[in-house]
Amino acid sequence: MNERRMIDDDHYENILAEESICINDNLIYDKPETLTSTPMHYCPGCGHGVAHRLIAEVIDEMGIQDKTIGVAPVGCAVFAYNYFNIDMSEAAHGRASAVATGIKRVLPERYVFSYQGDGDLAAIGTGETIHTCNRGENILIIFINNGIYGMTGGQMAPTSLEGMKTTTSPFGRDTQEMGYPLKITELIAQLPGVYYCARVAVNSPVHVRRAKKAIYNGFKYQELNKGLSFVEIVTNCPSNWKMTPVESNKWLEEHMLPFYQLGDLKVPGKENLN
Amino acid sequence: MAKVKGDIVIDIEKCKGCELCASACPQQSLELTRKLNSKGYHYIVKIEDNCTGCTNCALVCPDSVIKVYRRTVKKNEQVATITNVTGDITVNLNS
Repeated sequence: MNERRMIDDDHYENILAEESICINDNLIYDKPETLTSTPMHYCPGCGHGVAHRLIAEVIDEMGIQDKTIGVAPVGCAVFAYNYFNIDMSEAAHGRASAVATGIKRVLPERYVFSYQGDGDLAAIGTGETIHTCNRGENILIIFINNGIYGMTGGQMAPTSLEGMKTTTSPFGRDTQEMGYPLKITELIAQLPGVYYCARVAVNSPVHVRRAKKAIYNGFKYQELNKGLSFVEIVTNCPSNWKMTPVESNKWLEEHMLPFYQLGDLKVPGKENLN
Repeated sequence: MAKVKGDIVIDIEKCKGCELCASACPQQSLELTRKLNSKGYHYIVKIEDNCTGCTNCALVCPDSVIKVYRRTVKKNEQVATITNVTGDITVNLNS
């Protein structure tokens, strides 16, 4: 353990000015401006926070904070409008893509994205999602897949893995009785209206960097009026998987990622995005 | 050869102690403290003065509580490191 001693504020100011490297010139990473300083209500270690920050970083980097409208879902991310310093709308359960369609058609020069979980997008909102994608609306859909219903207490979702234990499948998901896990991103990727479709994760620094690139691509294709972009983010749910955050990320790496394989599912032709 | 010197500032009041940053740190310089913040969570502190400013901890942090600083340090230059500036202020001098 290093030797430490308490110091008073004046002393601290002097050291900060003279010797410490903690000055603005050396700052290389900070919370994006589009993210408000409200403490998030998510459980410790939840991937929603990282996904929020990546969206905010992309909005900051593109300089479109005053031109972006987000649509929040029902689910754990229902309070997303408290955390983004942009115009946000709340949608009924599963209908975020329909609300985003309306906003984009009325205000076509704005950047519109919907932020939906797997219970919202892949269960109750499957119809809206598939038809929005099939119409090729010029929006970005961000799909957070953690394989479980988080907010309501860990029930089985369509995306729960085979054999996964949840409160409504306490002996593991039995495919004879409960069906198979739904890979909705693969379903959507084959629709002609979809321009860009990717699956990313936020469990490690390298995956976070790739996720940010995918979200950036989605906003950029929207700027170029190319059609619908769909980005699935595979995240953890430490509380309902009943693990510590570090264990849940390891479990995600070992069990979720082999089934939900990361990568671009639909890549348009080579274009210069910068 | 010039050496890279990094440092982080942690907003301990917003930290929920998930330890994802500690597991992502290649230098193992982060650890949970026994103290509690006002929300009742143990929070993360920097325990080693070997930060390289790689930003891995800030990238995986779900609550965006980590600020990262980095500077290239010339040979034979002494740099003090300040940790925990939002809470109790401690400083490592000549450690």
